[in-house]
Amino acid sequence: MTTNSLLNIKNLSTWIGNNEAPIRAVDGVDFSIQQGETFALLGESGCGKSMTALSLLRLNPQPASDIVSGQVELDGQDLFTLSEEDMQHIRGRRIAMIFQEPQSSLNPVLTVGQQIAECLDWHFDLSEEQIETRAIELLDSVGIPDPVKRIKDYPHQLSGGMKQRVMIAIALAGEPELLIADEPTTALDVTIQAQILDLLKQVQRDTGMAILLISHDLAVVAQMADHVAVMYAGQIVEIANREQFFSAHQHPYSAKLFDALPTEQKREQRLTVIKGNVPELNKVFTGCRFADRCDLAWQHCHDAIPKWYQVDDQGVRCHLYDPELADKQENIRQTKAGSPLSEITSTDKNILSVSNLKVHFPIKKGILQRVTGHVRAVDGVTLSLKQAETIALVGESGCGKTTVGKAILGLVSTTDGQVHFGKQVLNELSERKLKTYRNSLQIIFQDPYSSMNPRMTISQVIEEAMISQSSGIKSKEERAKRIDSLLERVGLRPENKYRYPHEFSGGQRQRICIARALAAEPEVIICDEPTSALDVSVQAQILNLLREIQHEFGLSYLFITHNISVVEYLAQRIAVMYLGRIVEQGNRNEVLKTPKHPYTQALLAAVPKLEDDKNREVIRLEGELPSPAAPPKGCHFHQRCPHVMAKCLESYPEATIMSTQHEVRCFLY
Amino acid sequence: MSFLPVFLWTDILIYLLLAVVMLAVFYIRGQTHLVTPWRAVLKRKRGVISITILLCYVAIGLLDSIHFRQALDVNKEGDQQHYATEVLSLLDLAVMPLKQQSEKTYSEPFATRLFVREMQQSDDAVGVNFDYPKLVYGGRHLVDESDKWADIKSSLSESSLVSLKVWLLLTVIMVLYGAYRQKQDVSNTFKAITLGKTAYPIRTFLFMLALILWSFFALSTLSADYHVLGTDKVGQDVLYQSLKSVRTGLVIGTLTTIVMLPLALSMGIAAGYFRGWIDDVIQYIYTTLNSIPGVLLIAAAVLMLQVYMNNHPENFSTIAERADLRLLFLCIILGMTSWTGLCRILRAETLKLREAEYVLAARSLGASKLSILHRHILPNLMHIVMISIVLDFSGLVLAEAVLSYVGVGVDPSMISWGNMINSARLEMARDPIVWWSLAAAFFSMFVLVLAANLFADVVRDAFDPRVQNN
Repeated sequence: MTTNSLLNIKNLSTWIGNNEAPIRAVDGVDFSIQQGETFALLGESGCGKSMTALSLLRLNPQPASDIVSGQVELDGQDLFTLSEEDMQHIRGRRIAMIFQEPQSSLNPVLTVGQQIAECLDWHFDLSEEQIETRAIELLDSVGIPDPVKRIKDYPHQLSGGMKQRVMIAIALAGEPELLIADEPTTALDVTIQAQILDLLKQVQRDTGMAILLISHDLAVVAQMADHVAVMYAGQIVEIANREQFFSAHQHPYSAKLFDALPTEQKREQRLTVIKGNVPELNKVFTGCRFADRCDLAWQHCHDAIPKWYQVDDQGVRCHLYDPELADKQENIRQTKAGSPLSEITSTDKNILSVSNLKVHFPIKKGILQRVTGHVRAVDGVTLSLKQAETIALVGESGCGKTTVGKAILGLVSTTDGQVHFGKQVLNELSERKLKTYRNSLQIIFQDPYSSMNPRMTISQVIEEAMISQSSGIKSKEERAKRIDSLLERVGLRPENKYRYPHEFSGGQRQRICIARALAAEPEVIICDEPTSALDVSVQAQILNLLREIQHEFGLSYLFITHNISVVEYLAQRIAVMYLGRIVEQGNRNEVLKTPKHPYTQALLAAVPKLEDDKNREVIRLEGELPSPAAPPKGCHFHQRCPHVMAKCLESYPEATIMSTQHEVRCFLY
Repeated sequence: MSFLPVFLWTDILIYLLLAVVMLAVFYIRGQTHLVTPWRAVLKRKRGVISITILLCYVAIGLLDSIHFRQALDVNKEGDQQHYATEVLSLLDLAVMPLKQQSEKTYSEPFATRLFVREMQQSDDAVGVNFDYPKLVYGGRHLVDESDKWADIKSSLSESSLVSLKVWLLLTVIMVLYGAYRQKQDVSNTFKAITLGKTAYPIRTFLFMLALILWSFFALSTLSADYHVLGTDKVGQDVLYQSLKSVRTGLVIGTLTTIVMLPLALSMGIAAGYFRGWIDDVIQYIYTTLNSIPGVLLIAAAVLMLQVYMNNHPENFSTIAERADLRLLFLCIILGMTSWTGLCRILRAETLKLREAEYVLAARSLGASKLSILHRHILPNLMHIVMISIVLDFSGLVLAEAVLSYVGVGVDPSMISWGNMINSARLEMARDPIVWWSLAAAFFSMFVLVLAANLFADVVRDAFDPRVQNN
């Protein structure tokens, strides 16, 4: 190890539960972080990233888990031999941590200033005035405007991005040498994520501290990290510096992660999936942990535990790199082409069209519940969906894209506008008449954990879709047969149909939700961020499935998402929403390659990319989405727009037709 | 001997409740998601202990809920059959000696003489002396009173021996059955049980069984010769009173729930799911009801009933029927005042559930409102209902004691813990103190409430979704 390493971790193991079969959440992890660098720990959920970070601060949940072995050296000082009291001078002072959810990591009953002061008070001997000046300095350094006023704000008065900035300010208060950032931007929107990542980089430049970045997002890691460690099932399987990792990653698991990412180039093929599941961590492994899911595995991988092979700066835990087995490797290493899946061509028939749709939620106040205003969640959306077409509805959280989906389905009542389905205007039908059209429009939700009744078996869940319809299958045997065939179609075994949802993994549950939607024999499926709660490899499976069933049944998708790479892979047309209105819509290529609206441009620029493109135009949006209860006058975007003109402040721009498909609402055109 | 069965109102409701519980057990057996938490309850030592104790109380209560009137002897052939005015239960029949062997007034536990001195004729029938008279029944078989403790000891050891024999027999049966079920060696099963390695805590159960068998045999032998818990002011056996109080406590604890549950469930779900004016009205009702002192309502209702009963004596053929109606009324009025808490919780939970994605999914599938309520909302509320029923039970048993003490509780002729405490409280000032009535009521109530609370704890742990996930 080099001499200037700041943190050295050797053979760290943290086990959960002390019964006979403890879960080895972290199982022999070694790495070291140099001064001033960003070290990224990359892996899918449940692989032990967060537990590693918590363990090295000795903050792992107790008594549920136990650090069973290992050594953590901070500048040569062994942290595991320190007393709890000495440890308190390390935490926050020398190693600070920020978490994923800024909402829950700030105390809601203390002001921002008090929370920063608390940290300063613990670690430094300062007077009250000094503390206040320092707190204001800190807020200023994390880019919070008007820090003198903000210091008296409570967390609920700040937006998500602001809260994360405050969290960073608190972390910086102790002037730490190492900052542990546990998925710091996962809960944030793309444009805010870009702001926070920039901030972290800038803080690192200014203070020279090291960052341990924990993330599941390859693109974020590509932007931030100097060194990358890939974790799988409690172990590190590969360590490399950034250039090596993104150009020549070695471990089959790393390769799979890259292949599973949806991109535009992969549109003509199925995405690579990683078969099977992460193994149970409560057993003793006799072979490679990834062997069961690895395409390159041979018998030896199941029999012997792979050792750590270090070449220069790059290390990997895989038998393929064992010099003694060199002959084996040649037979096995062969590139596998993805299986092709031609792009679907949509017909010209409009199946669903939405015109000037408005959904306003009243704000009620006082004892008499008088309506004092409206939250304009959806404020005039016009959209049409052709048969067998996929439209992506893109936008940041809070822009009203989910409400559009719910309004189309009649799950929220519309204020104005029409939803045409075939010859019918859905939102003007009575509840009873609407029922006959219910089955034609289905929805798949974001969270596969809450979208099924935990008290019903899978068979009952799918059966409900058939019973609820008047035209549904009447005989019980036929229904059972259909359930079996549907489960097979989505890639689940029919004999599992009497199980309960909690017995399935996230990806499997999403498959069941798809089966439920298919059971209603729909023509349109509204996909409300169906993959954003899933890991990359599972996301690939679901996207493949969605494309396959689109081919098979000629379905039309309204795909609501904030993930641009999914859009690139899946969509034919794109509609970009901002504050309840569509600001730009058009063909995928037109919108992605030649974005016209300044918001679209900024949104696309904020998306972190794998390729380190130095020439990329950097457009950073200032501020955040305004409240839909009080949208700004004129163009909604004018407060954040880099091209703002006097005209923008006065009226909302009309649609400008750029090409047959492409239209944009901006005064620039 | 022939008899006339008597069905009191509370009896009928108890049978009904029992039938519902049986049906529920039958239904739960087919539902894995319901069986699992109940298994978890049975797998915990605390669960087994509390259930065994509760079952003992329930058994006593059920025995005491089968009522009848005994036939009077017919003097002449062809006379109409008459029945005794006193309503008896199976429990009364089982402990008839306890019921009938009344002394004159207070006597201490295991006493052979009365607690108060009296003028009485001396043995030689010449003079009178002022002394503690001998009890009529307590220790009457003793030749010499000083043999009392030796006698108690010998009957204790005798009953211990009997209970040990019965226990061993039951244990052997259980081990054999367990070995047969698991298709295992008898010795292996035995080893697993003694080492506490079985899936269910059988060792704990056997220990509880031993304890219960021992107290059963010890009490039944001793109470034949002595007043184990003493006698009260009118000389009635306190052990008998404690046993009879069990039913009253259980009835209050369970029947109140029957009254409360439909109100809380329907109102809570309706308010949470339909929102709007329905929500407003229901919230208004329960806030209003909550702000009226419960005791006031109960007192008013009980007094009204009392007036009715006094004006219409022809409707009640026995005292027991009158007392029973008052008990039922107390349950109803307690139920009417106590549904608001559960209703509030259910409303809040329904508000959350109606926005759940699976409810939205069901709506988008075109499911009707009724089927959403019945298939999606109700089953996901049941764990809350379960937990709060068990928690409320102990509170209601204690409430009975307090209300009877205040004088608006059950009928004074009905034996209950509250009435026992009420009649004993005046004697607290006496010197030497008359402690046994109070202690008996306290102890038997304490054991029941403690068991119910422990049971509630275990049930909550098993049904709480947050704990389940871990």
